[in-house]
Amino acid sequence: MTAIIDYKAGNLTSVRLAFAALGEEATVTRDAAVIAAADRVVFPGVGAAKSAMANLRALGLEESVKAAAVSGRPFLGICLGMQILFERSEEDGGVETLGLLPGAVRRFPDAAGCKIPQIGWNQCVTARAAVDYYFVHSYYAEICPYTIGRTSYAGVEFTSLVRKGNLLACQFHPEKSGRCGLELLKGWLAL
Amino acid sequence: MLTKRVIPCLDVRQGRVTKGVKFKNNIDLGDPVEMAVRYSDGGADELVFYDITASAERRPIDIGMVAAVARAIRIPFAVGGGISTVADMERVILAGAEKVSVNSLAVKNPSIIAEGARAFGRQCIVLGMDPVKSDNPACPSGYEITTRGFREFTGMDAVDWARRAADLGAGEIVVNSVDADGTRAGFALELTRLIAEAVGVPVVASGGAGRPEHLVTVFQEAAADAAIVAGMIHTGEYTIADIKRVMHAAGVPTRLSY
Repeated sequence: MTAIIDYKAGNLTSVRLAFAALGEEATVTRDAAVIAAADRVVFPGVGAAKSAMANLRALGLEESVKAAAVSGRPFLGICLGMQILFERSEEDGGVETLGLLPGAVRRFPDAAGCKIPQIGWNQCVTARAAVDYYFVHSYYAEICPYTIGRTSYAGVEFTSLVRKGNLLACQFHPEKSGRCGLELLKGWLAL
Repeated sequence: MLTKRVIPCLDVRQGRVTKGVKFKNNIDLGDPVEMAVRYSDGGADELVFYDITASAERRPIDIGMVAAVARAIRIPFAVGGGISTVADMERVILAGAEKVSVNSLAVKNPSIIAEGARAFGRQCIVLGMDPVKSDNPACPSGYEITTRGFREFTGMDAVDWARRAADLGAGEIVVNSVDADGTRAGFALELTRLIAEAVGVPVVASGGAGRPEHLVTVFQEAAADAAIVAGMIHTGEYTIADIKRVMHAAGVPTRLSY
């Protein structure tokens, strides 16, 4: 069973529907027992890091997420769900986040001609390929030793795909990235 | 590099996609879900649906259609028309739309932008605006905001309104030129550039697309981040692939793998 963690950080319909399109009926849950029993865990999220961390704690899910991320079971962070795996975020004056990946999340600089948020399709460049995915974000994660995919915007090269053992996380939205996004999710389901 | 988005616009009336010029002479173009799938498979970067009669008929948007589209496609889409409260926005977003678009209602009640951004994040809130060339002294940019399908003049300056909406929390602004709409003679370049240079959020050009070259021009000369196409693809005269081929050849960053 695939669990999608619902911690009041945005809309999970698209994530659920993308898995459904692959024949995987994922369970949207905020129940720690369901997360602990799942074969694989999806940690999505849009919005702000500070309120996301507050919601995780209020729902008593911080330890569940950390446990799932180091459990050896496939774990997939998406967008804000990737960002708060890092140590801290500059968002809303600064917030300590889960610390499962080394490094910080920063705001894009106000570079001439670059709109914030970045909205649209950009390339994630890995050792094997450069693939277009859909991005929506104002903050980015620094490059870290576990970065496996990089993307450039506003003069910054940032982590768009990261892997540490069973933990895989992406800044872009595979659930909204057409065929390429579905292929990524399909590959993750086959892990 | 971030690519420039090509966004088909589907005007929905009573469950069917229609196309009219300046809200008149509507013709039936097909089923919204079938068209969404065709455009998504054909390389559209995003879609936008307007329930064009919801607002005038004072009824909520067709949620069944939004949910059916969300099940059928895996690219982002925005929905507008008949959205007057945060609860309306929530219904549309929970049905699977990525963004909601507000227009006339936000002119009447600008706080809906801030409320929506607070509730769902600014990336979910799109401000649509319908500016027209104007010599109204209250509009120093030379463009005045109209509402209710171009029927009412507001006395609001288009550039001021765009700045204010972005400050309130709009994550994106769709600039639909009343003068260019339905002409298929090209986007309103001066207007689009004025707004794109005035705000720090992405700007989507709308109204006037008739040939692939029009998109090249609005991206290269008017700083648009995305462009809306309708009639030129709905009639079958061009495909999205035709448009993207021309964009790519002209050096516009374009998503070609889909």
